[in-house]
Amino acid sequence: MRELSLNILDIAQNSISAGASLIEIKLVEERAAGDLLIGIYDNGKGMSQEQVESITDPFFTTRTTRKVGMGIPLFKMAAEQTGGSFEIKSKPGEGTGVTTHFKTGSIDFTPLGDIRSTVVTLITMNTDRDFRFSHRIDDKEFCLDTRELREALGDVPLDNPEVVVWMNEYFKEQTELLLQ
Amino acid sequence: MSFMKSLAELNAIREKAKSTMTVRDDNTELKRIVVGMATCGIAAGARPVLNAFVDEVARRKLDGVRVSQTGCIGMCQYEPIVEVFIPGEEKVTYVKMTADKVAKVVNDHIVNGNIVEEYTIGAIAK
Repeated sequence: MRELSLNILDIAQNSISAGASLIEIKLVEERAAGDLLIGIYDNGKGMSQEQVESITDPFFTTRTTRKVGMGIPLFKMAAEQTGGSFEIKSKPGEGTGVTTHFKTGSIDFTPLGDIRSTVVTLITMNTDRDFRFSHRIDDKEFCLDTRELREALGDVPLDNPEVVVWMNEYFKEQTELLLQ
Repeated sequence: MSFMKSLAELNAIREKAKSTMTVRDDNTELKRIVVGMATCGIAAGARPVLNAFVDEVARRKLDGVRVSQTGCIGMCQYEPIVEVFIPGEEKVTYVKMTADKVAKVVNDHIVNGNIVEEYTIGAIAK
């Protein structure tokens, strides 16, 4: 993967497959410490202890169509190759959470890339789910929560073209503010 | 400081949508564009392809077209793969798609009914 935002999109697809109704994506950058936390948390069906233990093995997958699953191993590798860490926690019936730390100063750090595109794609392609995205850089933070958007939108779906334009613009503005 | 987007604008979109909302009576008549978005597809560049389809369909205001995603289609070496389903016609599979190819597929195939043969799996997988 050329961007961490693509790994995030990929991992969030697992949450969708797990039947999650709420998926939280959390980015926390501590610039002085050179640390980036990426967390993806869902309330899907969760996994057994055995499944959690084998999840980082590329030759383990719950799919029946083939015998390899690369998503989690690739994401774990991306974190660990920077000197960071990867952790997955899951409980059947409660959900799954993936927490990774990246050392942003590492030569092997993959850039975050187009996270806006990842989040807007997830929201518009899964209008039956809720997403909460938050991005914090040091002491500034912004958050996009589809539950709040739904409240303002009423019956208008989240994939309405005007809503999509709004989300993209909102995201760009808020990200610029974060970086100021 | 520039004008900032706010949730209040969503209320305005809501008000506007009330007057333009149309009822789509039958889902089976929808033309469907399905993009493979498993690890293989995403790594090969499916995200910009999906977004380009969404943008192009919105730009042309194509009401009876639905863009959606699916998992691994099973031919990872040809990703990004896009399948087009038009009611009453055989499925068409486009392979090694890029965002640049999207406008042509929408214009020629979705709107005008002419399959873009050179992007299909039949033309590329020899």
